[in-house]
Amino acid sequence: MQTLDMADIELREMNETLHAQAENTNQTSWEIVNPKGAHAIACGLDAPIEVTVKGSTGYYCGGMNKQATINIEGSAGPGVAENMMSGTIVIDGDASQYAGATGHGGLLVIKGNASSRCGISMKGIDIVVHGNIGHMSAFMAQTGNLVVCGDAGDALGDSLYEARLFVRGSVKSLGADCIEKEMRPEHLAILADLLERAGADAKPEEFKRYGSARELYTFKIDNAY
Amino acid sequence: MTDKSSGAPLTAPIQSATFSNPVNAEIRRAAATGIYDIRGGGAKRKLPHFDDLLFLGASMSRYPLEGYREKCETSVSLGTRFAKNPIELDIPVTIAGMSFGALSGPAKEALGRGASLAGTSTTTGDGGMTNEERGHSNKLVYQYLPSRYGMNPDDLRRADAIEIVVGQGAKPGGGGMLLGQKISDRVAEMRNLPKGIDQRSACRHPDWTGPDDLEIKILELREITGWKVPIYIKVGGARPYFDTTLAVKAGADVVVLDGMQGGTAATQDVFIENVGQPILACIRESVRALQDLGMHREVQLIVSGGIRTGADVAKAMAMGADAVAIGTAALIALGDNDPKWEAEYNALGTTAGAYDDWHEGKDPAGITTQDPELMKRFDPIEGGRRLNNYLKVMTLEAQTIARACGKNHLHNLEPEDLCALTMEAAAMAKIPLAGTDWYPGKPGTSF
Repeated sequence: MQTLDMADIELREMNETLHAQAENTNQTSWEIVNPKGAHAIACGLDAPIEVTVKGSTGYYCGGMNKQATINIEGSAGPGVAENMMSGTIVIDGDASQYAGATGHGGLLVIKGNASSRCGISMKGIDIVVHGNIGHMSAFMAQTGNLVVCGDAGDALGDSLYEARLFVRGSVKSLGADCIEKEMRPEHLAILADLLERAGADAKPEEFKRYGSARELYTFKIDNAY
Repeated sequence: MTDKSSGAPLTAPIQSATFSNPVNAEIRRAAATGIYDIRGGGAKRKLPHFDDLLFLGASMSRYPLEGYREKCETSVSLGTRFAKNPIELDIPVTIAGMSFGALSGPAKEALGRGASLAGTSTTTGDGGMTNEERGHSNKLVYQYLPSRYGMNPDDLRRADAIEIVVGQGAKPGGGGMLLGQKISDRVAEMRNLPKGIDQRSACRHPDWTGPDDLEIKILELREITGWKVPIYIKVGGARPYFDTTLAVKAGADVVVLDGMQGGTAATQDVFIENVGQPILACIRESVRALQDLGMHREVQLIVSGGIRTGADVAKAMAMGADAVAIGTAALIALGDNDPKWEAEYNALGTTAGAYDDWHEGKDPAGITTQDPELMKRFDPIEGGRRLNNYLKVMTLEAQTIARACGKNHLHNLEPEDLCALTMEAAAMAKIPLAGTDWYPGKPGTSF
């Protein structure tokens, strides 16, 4: 275990050290202590390493992650895992707004609640939230899966493309062009896999699936607001 | 009303200046279709522009440089504030962001070829970076846009600069659209969307709001790229003083300022013609913001929106810009709207020079299309050569003017080298009206 203490080193040195890890590094286990809510912690990683952040993080922790596993033993500020390409990010606490925004791949697990715009413009990432999510989540979400074990706020999935949304609790309201859809066996299988990987104690059958009505796919004046 | 049978002279038919033929045609089109007009390009209305300014040249009190013998430098460094590796360009005319999707792959390649030959940079667009474009561009600026289509950290790290697009001159406050006709398999794959659907590009970034957030976003981008490459912020010509101030505050190395004449691949005509300011009205306000912060020349300013000639380049630089960017002009240099395709433009209901339905993907010149047959008409090597020629001519023209003003570097041009032909231009550019030492709003004057 390598330890990076942010009481002793600056953000630049911390990220530089993690960025220096090659594909075949044998230093695969890292710990960041005293994060003190700093922004841009462990962003832009591109190696199969495991990083544990001992505390809460500011904006964009794990941004654009590739390959790495990042565990946040606290809560995460806005834009955690934004544009993640691959790898896994697990947050023990809550996540602020834009969690997983525009993510292309990998798995984001939020064990607490996520704020507004969770999964905005997601492009292939899988997000599992053990608690609730805020308003305008999955806005313009393109592909990937958003799983919410609790409730969803207003305007879920507004202007949605092909992303799949699974919500176990209530949905305060659906956004434009987002509708409830049939839960078919292949969806239950996707859900079962994601719940297991995210360590979420919930059954696939308890969820409802939401997706795009595809009415906005062709630009028509009847669809304009 | 005259009795026509009386043989008396008739009243001549008079077209209304308000309800002109083009206005009436648009009313009829709207009434027939129920949808607003979507088109490409920038504002077509007549606007106060660089044409309304003149250079004074050398005289008794100014000493000119010999046109063909004495040096007039044209190089520019962009991103000197924070970046380890600022962009060094031979000429101050860059190629503006245009997407793969809006343009064909070969057209993007041609822009890279031409820009590289001329010693300048080109810019990606809303749709990500293609290998052709990266491979053929010595200096490539990677646009970071609200849609984040095709955005990935590998491309971010192989870019020479990053341009965060907050807005563009054709549509400050508006998103873009790429209609289904142009969504080929490749375009769809790069954007993670189904083929053939109409794609909307968001008007706002998904993971930050406001300059305080943007400052942190820039920190993240710098951390990911090791503080090596410059970060530009592009804004449309809306509130140039405040937009520039906030861009500098957020940590920009370079501010890109795009006036309403700057083009777009597609948006509503009503947006293009009615939102934003002409570039002439924006430059001095942006420069004033930089000067007030003590950052003029420290944070570089790139100006775009209606740059066509070396004279335009020289005028923008005299007003304080460090460089300019061209988009529409570059497309015309490649062959867009060329009269040699007139019969085909006619068949599309338009004429060479007026064609702006770039979103439909039927471009006879094979540039703004994804149609494989039309694309074959465009040769990227020849296109690159033409763009290089054009960039060289613009540079020579700008140098000619700078030498006449006694300047051994284009950056040494200054507002004092200019006069304005109209009151409007004088007021907007804060340049004295020709024959006077006054412009409207000049400090110390009462009107």
